[in-house]
Amino acid sequence: MAATADTVVGVFAHVDTTVRALEELRSKGYHDLAVYTPVPVHEIEEVLERDRPVSRVRLFTLIGGLTGTASGFLLTIWSAMQWGLTTGGKPVVSIPPFVVIAFELTILFGGLATVIGMAVLGRLPRLRPSPSFDPRFTNDRFGIAVHCAPGRSDSVREILRTAGAEEVRA
Amino acid sequence: MSDTRAASPTFADVTRDVVRTLEPPGNLYFAWMCVVALMLAGGIGAWTGQIWWGMGMAGKRVPQMWAMYITSFVFWIGIGHAGTLISAILYLFRARWRTSIYRAAEAMTIFAVMTAGLFPLIHAGRMWFAYYLLPYPNQRLLWPNFRSPLVWDVFAISTYLTISTVFFIVGLVPDIAALRDVSTGWRRRIYAMLALGWEGSDSQWRHYRRAYGLLASLATPLVLSVHSVVSWDFAMALVPGWHSTLFAPFFVDGAIFSGFAMVLILVLPMRHFFRLHAYIQEKHLDAMGKLILVTGLVLTYFYVCEVFTSLYSGDEIEKASLFWKVTKNYAWALWLMYFCNCVSPLILFWGKARTSPVVLYVVSILVLIGMWFERFNIIVPSLGHDFYPYTWGIYYPSPTDTMIVIGSFAWFFLLFLGFIKVMPSLSVVEVKETLPPPIKDRSHGGHR
Repeated sequence: MAATADTVVGVFAHVDTTVRALEELRSKGYHDLAVYTPVPVHEIEEVLERDRPVSRVRLFTLIGGLTGTASGFLLTIWSAMQWGLTTGGKPVVSIPPFVVIAFELTILFGGLATVIGMAVLGRLPRLRPSPSFDPRFTNDRFGIAVHCAPGRSDSVREILRTAGAEEVRA
Repeated sequence: MSDTRAASPTFADVTRDVVRTLEPPGNLYFAWMCVVALMLAGGIGAWTGQIWWGMGMAGKRVPQMWAMYITSFVFWIGIGHAGTLISAILYLFRARWRTSIYRAAEAMTIFAVMTAGLFPLIHAGRMWFAYYLLPYPNQRLLWPNFRSPLVWDVFAISTYLTISTVFFIVGLVPDIAALRDVSTGWRRRIYAMLALGWEGSDSQWRHYRRAYGLLASLATPLVLSVHSVVSWDFAMALVPGWHSTLFAPFFVDGAIFSGFAMVLILVLPMRHFFRLHAYIQEKHLDAMGKLILVTGLVLTYFYVCEVFTSLYSGDEIEKASLFWKVTKNYAWALWLMYFCNCVSPLILFWGKARTSPVVLYVVSILVLIGMWFERFNIIVPSLGHDFYPYTWGIYYPSPTDTMIVIGSFAWFFLLFLGFIKVMPSLSVVEVKETLPPPIKDRSHGGHR
């Protein structure tokens, strides 16, 4: 797919022109595109979110958090039972103090799982820059990279340019 | 307002201004570094002496076994809290004024917790056995006592350090990518490695934003729990002056109060020397001044509660402890604390004081002194005057522990001074987010 497809990159200086280009591309049926922005822009996200599910990072967080809770209780209860030593007249397995450990591990595992989720889903770390990336995209320019069938690149260029792209390149 | 809007920086300005803060520093910076490094060397020397000759060097004798080290430990953990409050809680509340100070505050959190973490090790004496605190598998099936607040502390602090660091690094990645793309030479290579190949594509942002929000939601209960757990180190014991359910909120509020003072101590010079007046504006100082005022008033309320519960308890020992604190050997520390924490922030009721860097700086220093002494007043006089006259005792600092405490400040400032010259101390992405985005056709509705 990648070998036969063309990629056209449009560089924009403004949010509204970027949004206009995105709307136009979507109405013409180009869905295989990547948008580069220096900051997350609400308007652009709104256009893109229409056909994308909510990020699955939250699933990682949930699983990590629950693992943390479970391992917190397992560790404390199991280790307390290894030496059934009564201190302070309290039961050997005393849940209230163990809640503190379970809580801390919930946060710890949940947080680490969130970052792992972000890295896995966002494909980080990335060893070499993707071909359509431009260093200006982290500074003050917005970019749209459209992957299209080989014959269509001219019409994509046209759409990007009409929408107000500063620069269009293949 | 209209003139600041007109002078509002563009996206490119933000990147340029942040890169400017990373230019090779001047002589003043190196002079500061030298002072701080010398203080740190003194602290390291004192610690070496303490390891060599023993804990007696720290002036610790029964009953004052907690003294300066645990005072400073609680103090430094507290400092960290304002950073997480700014980076996580105010993020969830969408308080926009946080953006220009949150990176510095978050760095402060990590360095403060790193400083705090040294004290239990220094205090433990043979710190090479510190791993006894961790639950590690061993042949004798010996495990930490999870019913002990000190073990909760180990878990709370290490979780706090880990999660704050992770949160900090996640926040830094897009910023480092922005620096990577405008720098050259060896800096570029290092930033390229640290940026993990961040490109700001829509799919990266999508997961990033979700992850950042989730981390903030995890860090919020965490930060409230950490100082609560620290306070239970005291409140779970039966010592008069400690055994109180008030302690958790009392500690958390004091932590935020002192943390904001430290944020100002760090941010005001940064603003001055890096000429960041366009980003750290008067309204930011005003907001921080208000937070110091509010947390200070809440703290005053807690002080009143503390005295009231003690007087109303009907417990003679509790009352005797209070009477001793207020009038005897350590009374000067208590009244100094009341002055610094309750009286000095009151000037911030005056609007002009909240935007005056000088006033804010002086108040912040007083608050830090007051909050250090608050922990001192909780630990030293309480331990010095408990149930039996037989176990009463007076503690005065020794040169060794004083130098170690001074060294801890040096260690903290050394880390921070190093940080502001290699990493963006102003968040590139978050500051840009608060600016009006570049719009070509204004008729379609301008800024957000």
